[in-house]
Amino acid sequence: MQLALFWVFAILTLLFGAGVVVFRSPVSSAMSLVMSFVGLAALFVTLDAFFIAVVQVLVYAGAVMVLFLFIIMLLDLRTEGRRPVKLAAWAGGGMVLVGFLSALTKVVFSLPEAAQTKPDLPLPGVNDVAQVGFALFRNFNLPFQIIGVLLLVATIGVVVLSRRELK
Amino acid sequence: MSTLAAPWIILFSPLVAAAVILFVGRFSKPLSAGLAIASAALGCVLSWWMFFQPDPTEPNQFPWIEIGDALRIPIGVTIDHLSKVMLVVVTTIATLVFTYSVGYMKTEEGYWRYFAGLSLFLFSMLGIVLADNFLMMFIFWELVGLSSYILIGHYFKKDAAADASKQAFIVNRVGDFGFLLGILFLWAATGTLMFGELTTSGIAVFSANPVYLTVACVLVFCGTVGKSAQMPLHVWLPNSMEGPTPVSSLLHAATMVAAGVYMLARIFPILEAAPHALDVIAWIGGITCFAAALMATQQDDIKRILAYSTISQLGYMVLGIASAATPDVPMFHLFTHACFKCLLFLCAGSVIVGMHHEQNIWKMGALKNKMPFTFLAMVVGGLALSGCPLFSGYYSKDLIIGWAVVKYPLLGWLSVATAGLTAFYTVRMLAVVFLGKPRDDHAKHAVESPLVMLVPLACLALPSFAAGWPFIEDKFFHIEEAPGVPHILHPILLVLFAVGVMSAFFLYRNADKDPISIPFFANRLYIDDLYNWIVKNIQGGGASVLSWADRWVVDLLIVQVPSKIAWAGGFVLRFLQIGNIQAYAFFFGAGVVGLLYLLIFR
Amino acid sequence: MPTLAHYLFVSGGLFAIGLLGVLLRRNILIIFMGLELMLNAANLSLVAFSRFHPGHDGLPGYSAQVFVFFIITVAAAEVAVGLAIIVALFRAKQTTHVEDLDTLKF
Repeated sequence: MQLALFWVFAILTLLFGAGVVVFRSPVSSAMSLVMSFVGLAALFVTLDAFFIAVVQVLVYAGAVMVLFLFIIMLLDLRTEGRRPVKLAAWAGGGMVLVGFLSALTKVVFSLPEAAQTKPDLPLPGVNDVAQVGFALFRNFNLPFQIIGVLLLVATIGVVVLSRRELK
Repeated sequence: MSTLAAPWIILFSPLVAAAVILFVGRFSKPLSAGLAIASAALGCVLSWWMFFQPDPTEPNQFPWIEIGDALRIPIGVTIDHLSKVMLVVVTTIATLVFTYSVGYMKTEEGYWRYFAGLSLFLFSMLGIVLADNFLMMFIFWELVGLSSYILIGHYFKKDAAADASKQAFIVNRVGDFGFLLGILFLWAATGTLMFGELTTSGIAVFSANPVYLTVACVLVFCGTVGKSAQMPLHVWLPNSMEGPTPVSSLLHAATMVAAGVYMLARIFPILEAAPHALDVIAWIGGITCFAAALMATQQDDIKRILAYSTISQLGYMVLGIASAATPDVPMFHLFTHACFKCLLFLCAGSVIVGMHHEQNIWKMGALKNKMPFTFLAMVVGGLALSGCPLFSGYYSKDLIIGWAVVKYPLLGWLSVATAGLTAFYTVRMLAVVFLGKPRDDHAKHAVESPLVMLVPLACLALPSFAAGWPFIEDKFFHIEEAPGVPHILHPILLVLFAVGVMSAFFLYRNADKDPISIPFFANRLYIDDLYNWIVKNIQGGGASVLSWADRWVVDLLIVQVPSKIAWAGGFVLRFLQIGNIQAYAFFFGAGVVGLLYLLIFR
Repeated sequence: MPTLAHYLFVSGGLFAIGLLGVLLRRNILIIFMGLELMLNAANLSLVAFSRFHPGHDGLPGYSAQVFVFFIITVAAAEVAVGLAIIVALFRAKQTTHVEDLDTLKF
C-alpha cells in the first residue's frame, strides 16, 4: 500500500516537474508546477511530515503560485514561439545532467542505509505540529527571529523595486 | 630649587624659548632676542649654582625605551664634575654670544629665525652635555647637527651658504654613521648604553676581546672626527664660516665642535682599556693639529684663518685625550680654547661689521686706531691662542704638548712645531688686519662696534687672559703634569713662540700683499679638490649606473613586464564573459559536478 | 515499503529536472520555476533523512523539518524579490528573454 502510494505520487511529482520545463505556455508551466508541488506534499505525508506538507501546499501551491500567475498576467506573457534549438545548450545541459545523476547514483548505492525501510514510530499518533513547534521555538529561536527580519527586508525590497520611477 | 630639578630647567628653557620665538618672534625683534637671552641667562645662573653644589648621588632619570631586559634606555641627566664644567662653559659663552648677536644681527634678515635657531642649538648642546646614555647623546648629537645646518644656512639665498650647510650636514653624516655603529657595537657586547655602567662594569666584558673593543672605540671616535672636524672630515668647518659670525663663534669654535672631545672625555675609561684605539685617536689628532695649522698660514679670509686654527686646536684636544692620564687635561684646553676662540671670533665679527661685511684681510689694515677696543680684545685672544706666557692658552696647550711628547714623541714634537705655526698665523692675521696702511675704502672709514657687542668681548677677554692661572684652574680641574717631560720642552716652546711672533710681525707689518705664497697650503692641501673629484666621478658614476638599473631593471623588467602580462591575461580571460546567463549557469553546474566527482572518486 | 533510496532518487530526479529547466529554458520566469523545483528537491531529501534517521527517542529528526521550514520561508522571500526584479527588468527592457539580456557581454 505504502509503496503503491509512493510510486503514484513520485511519478506525479516528476511528470509535472518535467511538464514545467517542457510546456511552451508559461501558464501551463505554472499550473504543472502547482501539481508537482501537490505531489511533493503528498510525498511528505508518506514521510509522516504532516506540518511540512501543509505548509508546502499553503505557501508554494497557494501563495507562491498565485504570485507567479499574477506576474504572468501582469507581463502579458504569451506562448513562446519556436526558437531554433541550441545544440550547444542541450549538449551542455545534458552533460551536466548525466554527470549529476551518475554521481547521485554512485552516492546512493554506496550509502549503507540506502536500502533501509522506514523505522516504526514509537506511538501511533505523534503530534507532528507540536514537535516541529518545540524544535523551532526552543532550539531555533534566534534563526526564527532572523528569518522574520529577512522577510521584512524582502518586503521593503519589493516595495522599493516596484516603484515606477525606478530606472 | 633642588639639584634634581635644576638640570631639567637648564635643558628645557632654551627649547621653550625656541618654540615661543618660532611662533611670536616674527612680530617683535626685542622679544625674540630677549627670550633667547633670558633662557640662556637662566641656564647660566643655574649652571654656576649647580657647579658649587655637591654631586647628587641618586640617578636622575625617567624610563623611556624598555624592551624586556635586553634594552633599557632612560632619559636622564648625568651630573658629575665633567658635565658641570661643560655646563658652565656652554651656558656662559652662549649668554655672551646671544647678547653680542643683538648688535651683530641688528640689520640682518631673519632675526627671529636666527634666535630660534640659536636657542634650539643651546637646547641640543646641553642635551649632549647632560646625556647619561649613548642613545640620548646620539639624538642630541643629531639635533646639534640639525641646528648647525639651520644656522650655517641662515643666508640661504646665498648659494655658498646653502651649499656649506648641506656639506656640513652630509660630512657629519659620514662620521655619525660610524658613531652609531660604534654605539651598537658597545651595546651588543655589554647590553647597556648607560655611561655609568659602560665605564665601570662594562669594560670587564671586553677584557677577553680587546680587538672588538678597539674597533668599537674607533667607530665611536668617528663621531668625534665628524663633529669636531678632524682629518679627513674637517672640510666642512671652514665652509661653515658662511653662517653669521656669532654662530661661527658659538657653534663652530667654542661649543659644538668641542662636543666630540667632550664625548671622548665622557667615555675616557673605556678608551683607556683600548690602547690601540688611543693610538688611532692620537695620530688623527696630531696630524689634524699640524695640517690645519699649515693651512691656516695661507688663508686670506679672516674667519677661515680662525676656522683652521679651531681645527688645529681641536686636534690638540684629541691628541690630549689620547695621551693624557685624565680627561681633565684636554677638557682644560677645551675650557680655555672656548674662551679665547670665542673671543677671537667675536672680535672678527666686530671687525667684519666695522668693515661692512668685508672678510678678506688684505682689504683691511690700520684698524687699530679705528677700533681700539676690538684691537685690544683680539690681541688678548691672539696671545692666548698662540700660547704667550701668563695667558690661558699657554697653560693648557703646554700641558697637552707635555703629555703628548711623553707618550707619542713623534706626534708630540709635531705639536710643538704646530705651536710655533700657531703664533705665526695668529700674529700674521693681527698684523695684516690692524697694522700697516688701510688697503680699502671701508678700512679708512671703519668705526668701532656698538656697546652691546663690546661688553661680551670684555667679558670674554678676562677669562681668555686669566682662565689658565693655576688658582683658577684648580677650581675647575684636577690637573697633573706629565711625568718625565724633557726639561728643554718649555724653553723650546717659548723660543718657537717668539720666533713665530717676530717673523710674522716683521713680514706682515707693512705688507701690501702676502709676501709668502705657498699654493699647496692656500689650497688646503688639495683635500677639498680630491673630495670634489671623488663625488663627481666615483659617486656620480655610481649614480648613473643605479639610474640605468632603475630605468631598465626596476621600471621595465619588474614593473612594466608583469603589468603587460597581467593585462594580456585579463584580455584573454574576458572572452569568457559571453553575457549569456545560462552559459554562466552551465559553467557553475559543470563546476559543481566536477567538485562532486573530486569529492566522491578521490 | 519504499526505502531511503527511493526518496533520494525522486529528490535527485526533481533536482535534475529543475537544473535542466534553468539551463535550457530561455524565459526567465520558467528559469525561476526551475529554481523552485531544485529547492523543493532539497526539501524532499531533508525530510526523507529525518524520517529514516530517528533520534534516540525514536521520533524523526525534527531539526531537519525546521530547516525545511526555513527553506520554504527563504524561498518565499526569494520569489517575492525575484519576481519584483523581473517586473522591473521587464519595464526597462520589454522582454523576459535571457538571450536579450546580454549587456554584460564583452
